Amino acid sequence: MSENSSLPQRFTDWFATRGWRLRDHQAAMLAAGRAGEHALLVAATGAGKTLAGFLPSLVDLAEAPAKGLHTLYISPLKALAVDVQRNLLTPIAEIGLDIRVEARSGDTPADRKARQKSNPPHILNTTPESLSLLLSHPDSLTLFAGLRTVVVDEIHAFADGKRGDLLSLSLARLQRIAPHLRRVGLSATIADPDLYRAWLAPDGDIDAVRLVAGDPGAEPEIDILLPTAEDGVVRVPWSGHSGSYAAEPVMRLIEANRTTLVFCNTRSLAELTFQELWKHNDQALPIGVHHGSLAREARRKVEAAMARGDLRALVATASLDLGVDWGAVDLVVQMGAPKGSSRLLQRIGRANHRLDEASRALVVPGNRFEYLEARAALDAVEAGERDPDQFHPGSLDVLAQHIMACACAAPFSEAALLDEVRGAMPYSGLTAEEFGRVLGFIRDGGYALKAYDRFRRLAPDGTAPDGSPMWRVSHPRFVTQHRMNAGIIVDAPLLTVRFNNGRQLGTVEEFFASTLSLGDTFFFSGLSLEVVGIKDTDLIVKATSRPARIPTYVGARMALTTNLAGRVREFLCDRDQWPRFPDDVREWLEAQDRRSVLPQPGQLLVETFPRDGSHYMVAYPFEGWNAHQSLGMLVTRRMETQGLQPLGFQASDYALVCHSIVPVTDPASLFSADILADEFVDWVEGSALLKRAFREVAVIGGLVERHHPGRRKSGKQVTFSTDLIYDVLRKYEPDHLLLKAAWADARRRLTDVGRLGDLLDRAADTMLHVTLDRVSPLAVPALIMIGRESVAQGAADDALFEEAETIAQEAMAQS
Amino acid sequence: MVPLSFAGRDFIATREGALFCTDSRALIVADLHLEKASWYARMGQLLPPYDSLATLDRIEQLADRLDAAALWCLGDNFHDVGGPARLPAGARARLERLGRRLDLHWIVGNHDPQLTETFGGSAHEEAWLGGIALRHIARRGARGAELSGHFHPKLRLSVRGHRVARPCFVRAGDRIVLPAFGSLTGGMAAFDPAIADALGPIEAAMIVVSGRLLTFPNAPAALSRPHAMAQCAGRST
Repeated sequence: MSENSSLPQRFTDWFATRGWRLRDHQAAMLAAGRAGEHALLVAATGAGKTLAGFLPSLVDLAEAPAKGLHTLYISPLKALAVDVQRNLLTPIAEIGLDIRVEARSGDTPADRKARQKSNPPHILNTTPESLSLLLSHPDSLTLFAGLRTVVVDEIHAFADGKRGDLLSLSLARLQRIAPHLRRVGLSATIADPDLYRAWLAPDGDIDAVRLVAGDPGAEPEIDILLPTAEDGVVRVPWSGHSGSYAAEPVMRLIEANRTTLVFCNTRSLAELTFQELWKHNDQALPIGVHHGSLAREARRKVEAAMARGDLRALVATASLDLGVDWGAVDLVVQMGAPKGSSRLLQRIGRANHRLDEASRALVVPGNRFEYLEARAALDAVEAGERDPDQFHPGSLDVLAQHIMACACAAPFSEAALLDEVRGAMPYSGLTAEEFGRVLGFIRDGGYALKAYDRFRRLAPDGTAPDGSPMWRVSHPRFVTQHRMNAGIIVDAPLLTVRFNNGRQLGTVEEFFASTLSLGDTFFFSGLSLEVVGIKDTDLIVKATSRPARIPTYVGARMALTTNLAGRVREFLCDRDQWPRFPDDVREWLEAQDRRSVLPQPGQLLVETFPRDGSHYMVAYPFEGWNAHQSLGMLVTRRMETQGLQPLGFQASDYALVCHSIVPVTDPASLFSADILADEFVDWVEGSALLKRAFREVAVIGGLVERHHPGRRKSGKQVTFSTDLIYDVLRKYEPDHLLLKAAWADARRRLTDVGRLGDLLDRAADTMLHVTLDRVSPLAVPALIMIGRESVAQGAADDALFEEAETIAQEAMAQS
Repeated sequence: MVPLSFAGRDFIATREGALFCTDSRALIVADLHLEKASWYARMGQLLPPYDSLATLDRIEQLADRLDAAALWCLGDNFHDVGGPARLPAGARARLERLGRRLDLHWIVGNHDPQLTETFGGSAHEEAWLGGIALRHIARRGARGAELSGHFHPKLRLSVRGHRVARPCFVRAGDRIVLPAFGSLTGGMAAFDPAIADALGPIEAAMIVVSGRLLTFPNAPAALSRPHAMAQCAGRST
């Protein structure tokens, strides 16, 4: 109560006119502010989290008006920063506070950026990248000297990735500039708040961060939408991810609600869903589509229409996951499996921002496994179970970028900077040797062959009082170069999709574009499009009424989380649960029990059976798509060595299917743990994975300049490919820092080697091999999957060239 | 390594993108772009300083395997005029060793119009090798057999959804453009109009794969359709 009373009268009155009262967590945040403590607020969407984060700053500025930058607000999205600014301006205006709020991002005009430095606002809203850039300017030392508070929003969404690493380093730097700086984190509900407290705290001191829990709010109402045939019988599809059977009922729900958000797990599914919904949109209601491949203008337009309440439904991907406030959404539909309980909750949180009313949501499973996963997610939500997060040591390429930013601002002492960097949790274990290597990399490339002494980017600058060497940037052009190229998000090479008249629709990955031919049709941006040409970096299209192929995009996928996987495993063997399932799902499990085996949660079931003239092996590790994909690559290599003549494999979140000419009789020999030592390194080094990872670390680390918008490749290549650099470096200096960084990325994100290792460790003891005379019921959804990989390794490129030549010769012979 | 009959002479085409004239024992390579990495390093991009070494290692291996008596480099031997001065000691020693054991010839290119050092060899604007002209850039409208570089031709294909790319030879009658041999060199589409403009109508792109010379005919439409090869591949699957 005493905390409550600390709200100034003006604020209390404003709360009253709004019909609000100060919530407990808002009061607790205020108390933390008055006590000068760091704080982490964990609360559901709609709990007034943002206001709770800002309230201490507003009160402080109201009670003790001061000039200069008081509070820095960091969000992972520019749009969010802008949105928050809008929300913040209302209370400031209505309470009548003399507080200036501005936003800063890559889009902010140069004159305003300059003004923000000479005459800073009280509150500045920005992104991790823009903050890092600010810190590369010498005047950041004065700009941030009086900074009191930094608020990090949506901390759960990015703290454990590279942008989190960058922000963590920037926070350490800010703390050095403004020692009394108070750090505030805002998070959705998370499994282990202490992980985030440690991340937020200076020097990882958890106890320095007060944990504030928001009101839990009303339980969401979540249902599973099941397809019902005309005869009234529920039939869950055998396979697929799309849930396209649901288009009509979902369209009817859109009609019955004010605004509906339809979430899809992939961009292609979003395009497909939009197309299917449109077929049933008899009333021609305004519905839109939003995903990361659409042109920025197109996305902005859709976001604006949504904010105005002009749209009745929006089909979206994770690009809309973060908390931009759309206000009036009253139903959330999740197409396909939710993949994790936290993700599902965060998406559901987008509906109904009034905390005391239940949010309504609907999950639409695409197949029987997805049904079990949806069921598991609902149970997990009800039990209050969240997906566990994992933090990793900070990336060295990000550290290189940060050190360069610091160097751009002012000369630095080596020892002092190492000390500062270790204060950031992801880098707390950084050794002096590693730090020295990163420094060497920035200075002259860090090569064993000292060829670049003349081209050093850092020059010695005397000795610090602590006796440590000082370094400064050797030429101003390196400062410009850093600022032009800094950033954490490295996109795959993209082509712009546009009409002949120049109108741009968005971008597709070069990889996808290369699979298209003239006259091919694909579905994009809600339109059926025909390819009419490729010009430089543009894919030229025209609208068509012909049916479309669906675009496929590459990229790591969201994998099923361990806790949902655990629940699905329980479902398989716990017959007491089965009466809750639709008849056909129950019958499917019963048939599996009769014909094969239902594995116990600890068991790794492996089935082998002949089919269509070849032999199949289906394993059910439940470790998620990424780990299974890696496993498929490794297992088929080993099958090759054993002379089993593998033909290909398919990975899903649940299972791995391999097929071969010779049957597998000893699966244990394929799933042994030494596969990670022997085949894994060979495979990763020979695959495109490491080159892809290298490209990213080379750009983030500042080895190569990235492409700038507006600077296009001409017919002749103006820059070298990082693949060529990779090849040379791997041969002549395999221990180079950037190769190590690429390996770390490949292990962690691209192959999910952690889960793969767990799987292989227990495989020998828990494997249950069943030999069948034909396909088992459980194998069917796994067998009819999208995303098959044919075995193409070693001299595979050669084979492809040979194949192409034969075809080309044939084609030419006929004409 | 595949036999290739060209301008009435016997050659061997290699997987690495070199040609070897069997009777004169001359090894021919184009566009080494030595010290490209250090050129970028001067501009602030500190690329690995091993590109010259990597290129020269491959030349040395080829010269050993083929027992070459001469080496002809068809221009853009160094990425820039300052390249020779920046050669690291190891790469310099490698190059000098080549100059001692081989008859070394440099054709100058647009990147290295003056060659400040020849490493025991000699420099030429252009040269003749048994009736075949050796040039950096194919001379427009020239008659007679010719070998040249400059364009860095590269074959890019999409086969069953897999994208593959490899440096290639481009042939028009008795004229051939060699692929770039340098370890940090990029590429230009094999059927790019710019190449046809200098060389005349392109007949085919060629690469050496698994001991065979694969020939990719240039479909007439390919000039205006950059992904024509992909279409060929796409139709049959």
